[in-house]
Amino acid sequence: MSDQKEVIVSVKNLKQYFNIGKPNMVKAVDDVSFDIYKGETFGLVGESGSGKSTTGRSIIRLYNPTDGHIYFNGQDISTIKSHGPKMKEFRREMQMIFQDPYASLNPRMKVKDIIAEGLDVHHLVNSEDERDKRVRELLDMVNLNPEHMTRYPYEFSGGQRQRIGIARALAVDPQFIIADEPISALDVSIQAQVVNLMQDIQKKKGLTYLFIAHDLSMVKYISDRIAVMYRGKIVELADSDEIYNNPLHAYTKSLLSAIPVPDPEIEKTRTRIDFDHKRPFLDDQRLQEVLPGHFLYCNDEQAAKIKN
Amino acid sequence: MDKILEVKNLHVDFDTYNGVVHAIRGVDFHLNAGETLAIVGESGSGKSITVRSILQLLAKNGTISQGEVLYHGDDLLQRSDKEMDKLRGNKISMIFQDPMTSLDPTMTIGKQVAEPLLIHNNVSKKDALKRAEEVLRLVGIPNPKARMNDYPHQFSGGQRQRIVIAIAIVNYPEILIADEPTTALDVTVQAQIIDLLKELQQKIGTSIIFITHDLGVVAGIADRVAVMYAGRLVEYGSVNDVFYNPQHPYTWGLLDSMPTLDTSESDRLNSIPGTPPNLLNPPKGDAFAPRNAYAMAIDEEEQPPFFKVSKHHYAATWLLHPDAPKVTPPASILKRYEKFKTLGGNVENV
Repeated sequence: MSDQKEVIVSVKNLKQYFNIGKPNMVKAVDDVSFDIYKGETFGLVGESGSGKSTTGRSIIRLYNPTDGHIYFNGQDISTIKSHGPKMKEFRREMQMIFQDPYASLNPRMKVKDIIAEGLDVHHLVNSEDERDKRVRELLDMVNLNPEHMTRYPYEFSGGQRQRIGIARALAVDPQFIIADEPISALDVSIQAQVVNLMQDIQKKKGLTYLFIAHDLSMVKYISDRIAVMYRGKIVELADSDEIYNNPLHAYTKSLLSAIPVPDPEIEKTRTRIDFDHKRPFLDDQRLQEVLPGHFLYCNDEQAAKIKN
Repeated sequence: MDKILEVKNLHVDFDTYNGVVHAIRGVDFHLNAGETLAIVGESGSGKSITVRSILQLLAKNGTISQGEVLYHGDDLLQRSDKEMDKLRGNKISMIFQDPMTSLDPTMTIGKQVAEPLLIHNNVSKKDALKRAEEVLRLVGIPNPKARMNDYPHQFSGGQRQRIVIAIAIVNYPEILIADEPTTALDVTVQAQIIDLLKELQQKIGTSIIFITHDLGVVAGIADRVAVMYAGRLVEYGSVNDVFYNPQHPYTWGLLDSMPTLDTSESDRLNSIPGTPPNLLNPPKGDAFAPRNAYAMAIDEEEQPPFFKVSKHHYAATWLLHPDAPKVTPPASILKRYEKFKTLGGNVENV
């Protein structure tokens, strides 16, 4: 990673625990640090329960972090008050696209009101005409027919709903968007449409994405850099090609070996690498840079070995 | 090869508030003994309805308006519900998609696995539980003897799906229908479950119908593949035929819209534009025509019949008609044709 790249989001030692002090305490995110650069797509992968969604939700402050800091454009946002004016200001810059396009749109609201909700909250439009005009622009941007702005969510297919979700996120003109499994509820033929759309918009607006997913081939395709999460920790972080061509952590290797490929000959020869879940982490291990831009959760001895 | 199941000209309609939905519009396929047939398609293409029709497990508003389901030559659609009960969970059993909802949360897993034995076979409870324990061991539940008395919530998602599989195979079915059995699971668990199904197939010789929308999974498990779109099959053949010599533009689109690990970010994904048709008013011609960049005038007018590509490979597209103009498939498909040649197949009609 060159040093000239501007950091937009910086996560430092983030911890997000639930049920603190109770027997069922969960360390969903356990001491995670990473930087996201302006204009890139940062992929966060892991299996269910790895803490990838929780990380995203902590960054946008849907939770109050247990410990650690989150910096957005240099400003610490981990402690700003939930309902204060600062939070409102910050939420305009950071938006989220959710996984389930059926559950994330209010079924009783018209599409134009769903999309314009952010505009209303932030007083970004002065008249009904201006509001409608902006909604039309947004629908047009996500390739939906602006004539449909008075319809309700049930009248749209899954892919179209996800476009509405994207339009809603774009309405307040944010710099940074967290997309939490935005395509996993969609059919294969529709997934590509939504991914292409997200990339087009990124280019047009210079957006930065945090793309959370479990579909590794799609994550590799869309991301510049990828972090692999396992049990609340980042076990490996590198450029997406590097992660795939030179995985170092046993868990990353196991995850990559399990991806099914639409090619029968490759499938015939594929060997699955098992990962031993019994003692994944040792006390002397931490996330450290072992190759330029390639971070691995390991101890100093292992790191020195790889460096040479 | 021995055909143990044959579905002929299946039509299924659903009565809805908006009118009659023609969910299945003439589907023919067969299952050979000992093989795995994968049915691939998007949501709403009718793949689940097709296999549910085999066991007559349709929702109340669904009717099989036409067709035959021949099991060893005997039409299952003529059988009463009682007669079907003898078959379900016995000779033909089914694994459902969601292991979280297909187990009874109030019943120990030992009892749930033993239940099909007690219903279908004249065995004592003791013997049934003993057999249940064996099967749980077979599907890879560690320490089954102790865990027989546990409830579903005490198991992980992958283990629950193993239990669902144990229930389905406890009677050594001839046919196992697996409806998206791995969709709700993580990739590493998915890989384990697929390995398990392959292993079980070898051990007990069951034939499998595997439904999925994931072409990667299909490539790993299927002997033959049938591709469905809008209530009809559009292409079927051996797994190599469909993956290396696909002929239908929809199959091209499906294969082309998936990024492989070689796809770099500079290559744009080739998406299939538009959305599937509404089957309240099925189109007159080829249902895929509005989304098909290769569509011709006749596609709007008339449904294409199946054209023979090779001995066991058929595709329903007018592009295979002798008078059709030659078209060039997407680049990724041409690469697949190259691979087909090296595998010793002939690319005909291209």
